[in-house]
Amino acid sequence: MDVATTQAARSGRPSAIFRLMPGFHLSLGFTILYLSLIVLIPLSAVFFKTFTMTWEAFWAAVSSGRVLASYRLTFGASLGAATLNVLFGGVVAWVLVRYHFPGKRIIDAMVDLPFALPTAVAGIALTALYSRNGWIGHYLGPLGIKVAFTPLGVVVALTFIGLPFVVRTVQPVLEDLEHELEEAAASLGAGRWQTFARVIFPGILPALLTGFALAFARATGEYGSVIFIAGNMPMVSEITPLFIITKLEQYDYAGATAIAVVMLLVSFLMLLTINTLQAWSRKRGQMEKI
Amino acid sequence: MSAAAIPVAATEPRIARPSAQSAIAEPFWIRALLIGVALAFITLFLFVPLAAVFHEAFRKGWQVYLSAITEPDAIAAVKLTLLTAAIAVPLNLVFGIAASWAIAKFNFRGKSLLLTLIDLPFSVSPVISGLVYVLLFGAQGWFGEWLQAHDVRILFAMPGIVLATVFVTFPFVARELIPLMQSQGSEEEEAALVLGASGFRTFWHVTLPNIKWGLLYGVILCNARAMGEFGAVSVVSGHVRGQTNTIPLQVEILYNEYNFAAAFALASLLALLALVTLALKTFIEWRLRDATSQPEQE
Repeated sequence: MDVATTQAARSGRPSAIFRLMPGFHLSLGFTILYLSLIVLIPLSAVFFKTFTMTWEAFWAAVSSGRVLASYRLTFGASLGAATLNVLFGGVVAWVLVRYHFPGKRIIDAMVDLPFALPTAVAGIALTALYSRNGWIGHYLGPLGIKVAFTPLGVVVALTFIGLPFVVRTVQPVLEDLEHELEEAAASLGAGRWQTFARVIFPGILPALLTGFALAFARATGEYGSVIFIAGNMPMVSEITPLFIITKLEQYDYAGATAIAVVMLLVSFLMLLTINTLQAWSRKRGQMEKI
Repeated sequence: MSAAAIPVAATEPRIARPSAQSAIAEPFWIRALLIGVALAFITLFLFVPLAAVFHEAFRKGWQVYLSAITEPDAIAAVKLTLLTAAIAVPLNLVFGIAASWAIAKFNFRGKSLLLTLIDLPFSVSPVISGLVYVLLFGAQGWFGEWLQAHDVRILFAMPGIVLATVFVTFPFVARELIPLMQSQGSEEEEAALVLGASGFRTFWHVTLPNIKWGLLYGVILCNARAMGEFGAVSVVSGHVRGQTNTIPLQVEILYNEYNFAAAFALASLLALLALVTLALKTFIEWRLRDATSQPEQE
C-alpha cells in the first residue's frame, strides 16, 4: 500500500508536489553548502596537495620499503579479519534469526558494541587481554602464541571492529528469505545440507559479500583500536594510517598526503564495490519476491 | 499433510509454517553446535573485552578510580568532550534534517550522487579525516598564513577538534532520516499544506512527530561517535593536557605513561556511554518497529 502510493506520488504528479512542498531551494542549498564546506573542499585539499608534488617524489613517497610493508600488513590483516567476520558473523546472524535460546535479545543488542565503543577503549582492552599477563594472553603464551604486539594482534583488533558489519547485513536478508523455498526443496527430497548449499546460501551470498566488503573497508582505515595492540614496529607491525601520522609528526606533509591519496583511492574503489554488491543484493531480493 | 499444506501456504504462509518447521530444521546437535560457536565468538570478542575495561578500572579499588576520574586533567577532558559533542551533534542534526527533506520530498538530478557523497566520510580513514584539516589550517596549509596573521587558532585547538568531529559524524543523522522519510512519502504534509498550514508549521506538527524516533536514533549514534572519536581528533588536537585532550586522547596519554588504572578508569566512562547508547538504540528500534508495523496491519 505504501509503495503504491509513493510511486503514484513520484510518477503521477511530480509537478504538483513540487509547487506545493516548500523549502526545496533552502534545504538543498544548505545541504550542498554544508557538504562542500565540511567534506568536499577539505577532501579535495588532499588531491591538490599531491598535485604540487612531482611524479617521482609522489612515487617515492608511496612505494618506499616501509610503506609497502605497512600496506601488506594493513590489507593482509584486514582481509584476515573480514574473512573471520564472514565465517563467525554468518553463524551469529544465522543463530539470531533461526534459533531461540536464552539471552538472545541481549546478544542481538550487543552485536553493535564495536560501533558504540570508542576505538581507543577497545584498543587498550584488547591489549590488556592479550598481553603476556592478560586473561587470554596467559593461556596462549605457554602454547607459543603471541598476539599482543604482533601482526596477529592487528587481526584481532580489526575483527572486533568489523564484527557488526556481516551480522547486520546478513540478518535482514535471512529474515526475508522465504521458508516456502526451503520447504519446497525438502519436499522434493533435498537433504538439509543440500537445501542450505543450493537454496539458502545463494540467497545470502550477496549479503555476505557486502558485509565482507564493509568490514574490509572499515578495517583498512582503522587506527584507534589497532595502535595499542600492534606494537607499531616499522616493517613488522606498523599499519598505514599510523605511518601517515608518523610522517605528519616529522612535518613531511607531502609524504603523508601522498600515502593518504593511495588510501583514499582504495576507499573509493571499495565504496564502488559495495554499491555494486548492494545493487546486486537488492535485485536478487526482488527476484525472489516475484 | 504436505499435500494439504501447499494450497494453504499459497494464500496464508504463516499457518503452514509450524507443521513444516520440522522438515526444514537442523538436527539438534547442529543447532547446539552453531549456537555454541556464535556464543563463544560473541563472548570472546565482545563480552570479555568489555568486562576487562571495568576489571582493570577497579583493580586498585574505588579510591583510585574516583581520584582518577576527578583529577583536573580528567575533568578538563570530560568538559572538552561534552562541549565538542554539544557543537558537532546539533550541526549534523540540522544538516540531516535539511538533507533528508530535500532528498525525500523532491526529485532532482544527481540525487544518487548526493547520497553517495553524504556517506563519504564513513569510508575515509579517521586519520585522513584529521589530515584534511591540517592541510587547510596548518602552518603550511591553504589558510595557514592568513590565520597566523590574524592570530586565529584552529589547528591544535578546540575549533580543529570540533571540525574533525563534525567530519567523522557527518552522515549519521542524515542516513537514518533519509530512508525513513522516503518510506513515509509526502501525503500527510500535502494535506496540511492544502489546509493552509505554513511550511514550518507543517514540518513541526506533521513531519517531526513522524520522524522523531528515527531522529533520536541518529542523534544517539552521532553522539556516541562524537564523544568517542580518536583517530581524527588525535591528528588535529596537539595533545595539550587539560586543554586539547578529549577523553579518548587522555586515555591514550595515561596508557602510554603506564598509568593503567587511571587510563581504564576514564575508559570505563566511555564504555558506560557505549552501553547506554546500545540500550537506548535497542529501545528505539523496538519503537520504530512498532511504528512501521502498524500501517501494514491496517
